[in-house]
Amino acid sequence: MSPSLLGQLDYSAAHLFSAMVLLGSFAMIYQRRMVGMFNAFAFQAFALAAAAAWQAYIQEAHHLYVTAAMALLLKGLLIPFALRVIVRRLDIHRSIEVVIGIGVTMLVGIGLVALSALLVMPVTAGAAATTREDLALALSVVLIGLLIMISRRNAVTQVIGFMSMENGLILAVIGVAGMPLVVEMSVAFAVLVAFIIFGLFFFRIRERFDSLDVHYLETFRGERR
Amino acid sequence: MLDVILLGVAALIGLGITGALWPRLPQANVIVYGGSLIVSAVLAGAGLLDQLRPSSGAVAALSLPMGLPWVEVHFRVDLLSGFFAVLLNFAGALISLFALGYGRHDAEPRRVLPFYPAYLGMMNLVLVADDAFAFLLSWETMSIVSWLLVLANHRQEGNARAAFIYLLMASFGTLALLFAFGLLAGAEGGYSFAAMRAGTPDAWAAGFVVILALIGAGSKAGLVPLHVWLPLAHPAAPSHVSALMSGVMTKIAIYGFIRIVFDLVGAPQQWWWGGMIMCVGAISAVLGILYALMERDLKTLLAYSTVENVGIIMIGLGLSLAFRASGVPEYAALPFVAALFHALNHALFKSLLFCSAGAVLTATGVRDLERLGGLIHRMPRTAVVALVGCFAIAGLPPLNGFASEWMMFQAVFTSPSLPQPLLKLIVPLAGVALVLAAALAAACFVRLYGVLFLSRPRTAQAAAASEVEPTMTVAMGLLATLCLCLGALPALAVKLIDPLAAAIVGAGLPSGAGWLFLAPVVGELNSYSGIIVLAVMTGFGLLVVLLAHRLGTSRLRRSAPWDCGFPSSDPATQYSASSFAQPLRRVFATVVFRANETVDMPDPGETRAASFKLGLWDPAWRLIFDPCARLIGFLADRFNAMQFMTIRRYLSLMFAALIVLLFAVAATAQ
Amino acid sequence: MTAALLQVAQIALVVLLAPLMTGLVRLIKARLLGRRGPPLLQPYRDLTRLLRKDAVLAANASWLFRAAPYFVFALTWLAASLVPGVTAVLALAPTADLIALIAILASARFLLALAGMDVGTSFGGIGSSREMLIAALAEPAMLMVTFTVALVAKSTSLSEIARFIIGGGVGLEVSLALALMAVLMVAIAENGRVPVDNPATHLELTMVHEAMVLEYSGRHLAMIEAASMLKLLTYASMIACIFVPWGMAVEATPHALLLGLVTYVAKLAAAAVLLAVFETSIAKMRVFRVAEFLGGALMLSLIATIVRLMSEGL
Repeated sequence: MSPSLLGQLDYSAAHLFSAMVLLGSFAMIYQRRMVGMFNAFAFQAFALAAAAAWQAYIQEAHHLYVTAAMALLLKGLLIPFALRVIVRRLDIHRSIEVVIGIGVTMLVGIGLVALSALLVMPVTAGAAATTREDLALALSVVLIGLLIMISRRNAVTQVIGFMSMENGLILAVIGVAGMPLVVEMSVAFAVLVAFIIFGLFFFRIRERFDSLDVHYLETFRGERR
Repeated sequence: MLDVILLGVAALIGLGITGALWPRLPQANVIVYGGSLIVSAVLAGAGLLDQLRPSSGAVAALSLPMGLPWVEVHFRVDLLSGFFAVLLNFAGALISLFALGYGRHDAEPRRVLPFYPAYLGMMNLVLVADDAFAFLLSWETMSIVSWLLVLANHRQEGNARAAFIYLLMASFGTLALLFAFGLLAGAEGGYSFAAMRAGTPDAWAAGFVVILALIGAGSKAGLVPLHVWLPLAHPAAPSHVSALMSGVMTKIAIYGFIRIVFDLVGAPQQWWWGGMIMCVGAISAVLGILYALMERDLKTLLAYSTVENVGIIMIGLGLSLAFRASGVPEYAALPFVAALFHALNHALFKSLLFCSAGAVLTATGVRDLERLGGLIHRMPRTAVVALVGCFAIAGLPPLNGFASEWMMFQAVFTSPSLPQPLLKLIVPLAGVALVLAAALAAACFVRLYGVLFLSRPRTAQAAAASEVEPTMTVAMGLLATLCLCLGALPALAVKLIDPLAAAIVGAGLPSGAGWLFLAPVVGELNSYSGIIVLAVMTGFGLLVVLLAHRLGTSRLRRSAPWDCGFPSSDPATQYSASSFAQPLRRVFATVVFRANETVDMPDPGETRAASFKLGLWDPAWRLIFDPCARLIGFLADRFNAMQFMTIRRYLSLMFAALIVLLFAVAATAQ
Repeated sequence: MTAALLQVAQIALVVLLAPLMTGLVRLIKARLLGRRGPPLLQPYRDLTRLLRKDAVLAANASWLFRAAPYFVFALTWLAASLVPGVTAVLALAPTADLIALIAILASARFLLALAGMDVGTSFGGIGSSREMLIAALAEPAMLMVTFTVALVAKSTSLSEIARFIIGGGVGLEVSLALALMAVLMVAIAENGRVPVDNPATHLELTMVHEAMVLEYSGRHLAMIEAASMLKLLTYASMIACIFVPWGMAVEATPHALLLGLVTYVAKLAAAAVLLAVFETSIAKMRVFRVAEFLGGALMLSLIATIVRLMSEGL
């Protein structure tokens, strides 16, 4: 499927949605408030859903509509809602404690996007333009998810980073024509299970340390004094 | 042209000897500085005419039977050295004029007079040297003479240390250049530049030469992290010498870099050289100006700003090198011209600012920004020229600093024509560094000018200052006029540099925009005209003044400042240099310099004074030089033991060394 | 000749429209807050009133303090008259491209910041210092926006960019969308609007621009007020010229010019409405949060550049 066949609008809209998913990642880095971060995550999920639906439309792959619906309902609505409930129930600090400053994190994030572009663009030289850019953007979403996990202290934000990594994976999968639905289903299911486990885990940490700052876990293990 | 320069060098050295022999003569000052002024002016005029001649591609060369017995000393002037000679001698002439007035206030003229003209002469000699011996010899002599000038006020605290560090770094740089020339000369030892140009070193040797040239010339020019001597040594010298060191000698270092990397290395070009040089330049530009923003000593601040400008020049040179290595010479010309134009501009406005600093120092005897202020009332002429200098160095239209930075941005914008993906991403980032440096420079010079010339005097010295004598203000006025002219008509300077670009990188700029506009990008309509900006701005300004006074009123009343109803008469309540830098410090320096502020506030009832401490952590010293110094100290302590051995042990050491060497010879002979 | 006439018309038009745009923003903001608000023409009355009043100078104010307002206004006026609004046919268009335009505005800011330091009050200093901080953060983002636009339109000259976009050279372009977001953030910061600064307060410690010009009065203050109105208009026209140039007259025919004038005024009005709505719906942020806000703008513009470079195949 070459760009010439694809048509200008198909290409640019797909590009737009992928870039919005990436933007969601940066919005998460930028946020200082827990609720803002949930919104950013929901935004990313909506963008992902739009990207999946658009790919379903242009590739005529109907199972991608399921992916889109899952992203929309599960990650766009259910998980942010659940997170809000958790935050309210646990009465956690509503500001986010950062390990690395926001400005520095954003710069590192930009570096990661550049790195992904440098990695993906040469090795996919033969593929269609949408696929190449999609893969590059997806890789950077995954890397930034990891960055969010290491640069933020609170366990809730770490979970969000983890789920945003998974969004990156889905973004990579929908860009490639012909990936079966079962892969996405299993990934999504795994994330859901992980989320539930994390949720239980939050209650346990909280019960024990009166905080969700993972720093206490390290102290507990004797890694830090 | 070559004979003129060599005669000039001889004359300058003669002036130096005069200064050394009769320093107590009442007119020694006038003779030495007046003589330097005349020689430099002649050299500058002759050089300019020579550059502008249509046949200026001609190269003059000369060999003299001096130096080592089996080699001759070669001298040569081509367009590149001709351009730098013009830059050097123009600035040199105006600084000598300034020195005619400034030198009179010198505490110990005997320590300055013999070396000042010799310094000028040696810089000229570096430019015409055409073999490694002549180059290194004049380069090293230039370093040593300037070291002596740094030592001029050696009794002042810290100056001896500054000179020591300078000498160390200068020797280190020369060592790097020595190795670079060694690699270029190859096994046959062709030490003339012509032989080096003809030879083609293999790829890794060429790469090493570029790195060594970057270290050698970069340590002289003040690239981060080899800049550490510069903010110590430049301010320690008398101000006119500081102007030469900062404004001019860094350009001689740039010349050395261009000579080696663009000219001598020759054919096997690699794109990563350009990338590396751009990265070093970008780091220097941003860090240099951040250092300057944190600084409160007037002359040290200016020295740090030199680090920034050298970084900007290096970004241009690196970009040009990348384009040339990628086989698109038509794009290589623009960054090259921009870099050299910026070098010329920096020579002018940095000399101007150092001269203004000298004038302030003469008038007040104070270099600490926190102890000055309000000089615009006491030194009106210096204030005007310094304002021009600040505008120029902040890279603002319609002055010359903006013209060269604008060309640099246009060059950055052509980067998508580079074939390498990595460079395509690096160049825009270098562009971000460039504009960040320019914007921080604007903040830095608002701070400098605002604290120094505006606001209210903070000490009695500042309040009692008086305007300096006319020779000094005339020299500064001429420098300011040159800045204004080059800002209004940058196309003229570009015309001067363009043939040089054609000779060095293999292509010139597209012509046809005329003298009114700069339009340097192939096939595009981007343009800028300094003179129209200047003219329209002035026209609008006058129109508005007229309208405001005609339509409204021209009545004016003076009263106490408003200050939201609580004006304080204590000048200590003003914004100081440190407080001006505080927001920028919070945003940038907490990461880079680990800036931390501690406030010690006594409890109510306690009688001790409150205190505010600002801690800055210098990455260059803490990460590189302090560990090096510790390592060397440690090794020296170990070797110290060797001073207290018996004769027999010394002999056995020598014997062991001899045996090891013989083994080495035997092994290599196999 | 036509270009010269149109240039003169543009010079007059911007200076006449600028207070109207500011008046519109103020009026809509007032209405959104449930107030009746000042009449639309109030800014003109304010300016003429200020012109008629005596200028009161601090005793130790220097000539720079007196000269700066006129130069600030002249530079801003110059910048405003170089941005194609009604038409891309302007005689002075080659004088400055987008980079030079930003730099001309930076010159004006440099002078104003110096003037803030002149009298030696703490308010002037705090304003100058923060203004320069904001500029230092905003300019890199603005450069990257320019870079992205230049990558798309192959030019940094505003009239060329407008011609290119009107010519239909681009469809839905992600990088331009990201660049638009970045330039909006920069414009808000540069014009001292909420959430970066508050143009309506005079006695708040977080203020930037108003603190810097606190010592000014009379005709000098009128110049500065007019300059900031012009600056707002300049940014609005610049954004309109790059991102929504449709309607602008590319040829100097009467019909096209009339259409250009109508669309230009409509675009400015739309910008004023959007700005008012945005300002009413958001709270002022702390000064040190501004660094992150503008860092965000830089980040957006950098992503825009990378995305654009990727779609060109890197």
